[in-house]
Amino acid sequence: MIDQQIGALFVQIAYIGASAAFILGLRGLTKPDTARRGMQLAAFGMLLAIIGTLLNHEIVSYEFIIIGLVVGSAIGLPMGLLVPMTAMPQRIAISHMFGALAVTLVGIAEFLHSREYAGGPGVIKMTAIGFETLFGALTITGSFMAFGKLQGFISGQPITFPGQKLINAAVFFGAVGLYIALVITQSGGSGGDSGLIMFAVMTVLALVIGVTLVLPIGGADMPVVVSLLNSYAGLAASATGFAIGNNILIVAGALDGASGFILSILMSKAMNRSFANVLFGAFGGEKAAVSAKSAEGLTTRSVTPEDAAMRIGYARNVIIVPGYGMAVAQAQHAVRELAELIEKRGGRVRFAIHPVAGRMPGHMNVLLAEANVPYDHLFDLDEINEEFHTCDVALVLGANDVTNPAAKSDPGSPIYGMPILNVQDAEQVIVVKRGMATGFAGIENELFYLDKTSMLFGDAKSVLSQVVTEVKGL
Amino acid sequence: MTALLTALGAAAAFIAATSGGTPTAAASTTLIDAQIVEVYVFLLAAFTGFQIITKVPPLLHTPLMAATNAISAISLVASIVIAGAERPLYINIMGMVAVAAATINVVGGFVITDRMLKMFKKTEAPK
Repeated sequence: MIDQQIGALFVQIAYIGASAAFILGLRGLTKPDTARRGMQLAAFGMLLAIIGTLLNHEIVSYEFIIIGLVVGSAIGLPMGLLVPMTAMPQRIAISHMFGALAVTLVGIAEFLHSREYAGGPGVIKMTAIGFETLFGALTITGSFMAFGKLQGFISGQPITFPGQKLINAAVFFGAVGLYIALVITQSGGSGGDSGLIMFAVMTVLALVIGVTLVLPIGGADMPVVVSLLNSYAGLAASATGFAIGNNILIVAGALDGASGFILSILMSKAMNRSFANVLFGAFGGEKAAVSAKSAEGLTTRSVTPEDAAMRIGYARNVIIVPGYGMAVAQAQHAVRELAELIEKRGGRVRFAIHPVAGRMPGHMNVLLAEANVPYDHLFDLDEINEEFHTCDVALVLGANDVTNPAAKSDPGSPIYGMPILNVQDAEQVIVVKRGMATGFAGIENELFYLDKTSMLFGDAKSVLSQVVTEVKGL
Repeated sequence: MTALLTALGAAAAFIAATSGGTPTAAASTTLIDAQIVEVYVFLLAAFTGFQIITKVPPLLHTPLMAATNAISAISLVASIVIAGAERPLYINIMGMVAVAAATINVVGGFVITDRMLKMFKKTEAPK
């Protein structure tokens, strides 16, 4: 008995230490030079929590635990070491699925186990178990769909069909209704098969919600979806903590939930859209109704890489605006080479990064860091937007909607009000683009038709390599 | 600084909460009390998280997602208990799958976060 109490005390101390490590570790992430040490501290906290748990007196056999740990490590380690930085959005999406899978399985197991208690699980526990399973299950399929869209085996276009919103609403209210019914009928432990069936149907409906939630959302809205799923995975983990009365799960889940929530809000703001609009709007559905200014009668000026090299090579102050096009073409190394060349010739190069450039929060920063661009060259929208009028050349790389001046000038535009990078203020603009296709929002970009704008058509990587060669020859 | 203070506040509340939950004190604490304390823990942790994470620069938003993902794989702790406790075999097996899934995130998540953070470098000082 005494031994058991000492053991329990040790477990609690391990958990307290782990919580502190998580919080301090995240605090490290507020600065690039303390970030790495902070995360090492958080990893240590995790190790502490795991060791503490293994000493839990409830555990009677270790076979299944060891198999799970070994299999998980065997999959997780190569995933962590080998996944290329370019595949980071997919990898983040699929990791939400694994996290949610664990939480959902725990929820189901807890529900089945709780039916054996004499008095039932009680209202609070049943509420927590239901919430955990509901959010966990929808995050499993939602994350898998997001993974599919990012990996490209599911179309990145919004997928819509007639009556979609009605079906979604029916499924959603069905699941929530069952959840409430479960809390009312099962808390007291009335048992019986009806509870089991209700729980099973709720779980299946939650899995369906995950699919229907992400299907109509297009590729460019992925930063919001990925952040939101991050938040759900955290909240579900927190609910697990409530279900089993474990504080470290509550703390860690709340941290994850807060982080996902903040990111979702930031991403929505950066698109000037509400949460609800991103989730239920399915941009594509409304596209036909909006007739943005037509490009007829307007002409663009196309230039050759040699021509562009002349302008970039002699520029003193260059701002580069990367977008998803840079990621697709994997042009980040060529960009870094060009930036170094300009600096060697005495010019200044900065990168202007829009919050929703790419497919996840911070996507461009990671790609450029991978290509060895120093992080003090990377600037957010707010930091650099007033600087565009001072620069000789703004080089836009596969970014479109985030540079469209219509967001400021045309109240009829679907992206009106969205904060954009003031590329049009630069003395001259060079846009690298594969063709004249519109961006995700399906709107013409007036920027391309300005007198100061030159279009450099082609794959960002090969075009930039040519520019680099030309600049070297100047 | 405020973030640190908030963090300390949450940690203090956490200590209070966990000590309330140990078997020794359980007898004098009713079920509702224990669960109200859990709500406090959640709220304080959420506020702390909010304070700290709003200060994370956009530069590090991707590592932040990877990191919080790895941290929320703390559900491994719950999975371990289910896989190893005295429960029916099928529940132990569900626990085992949960352990594997959570371990993927713990191991993979921290490794990949470190890989990313390693890449962020400042301009080297000119020699």
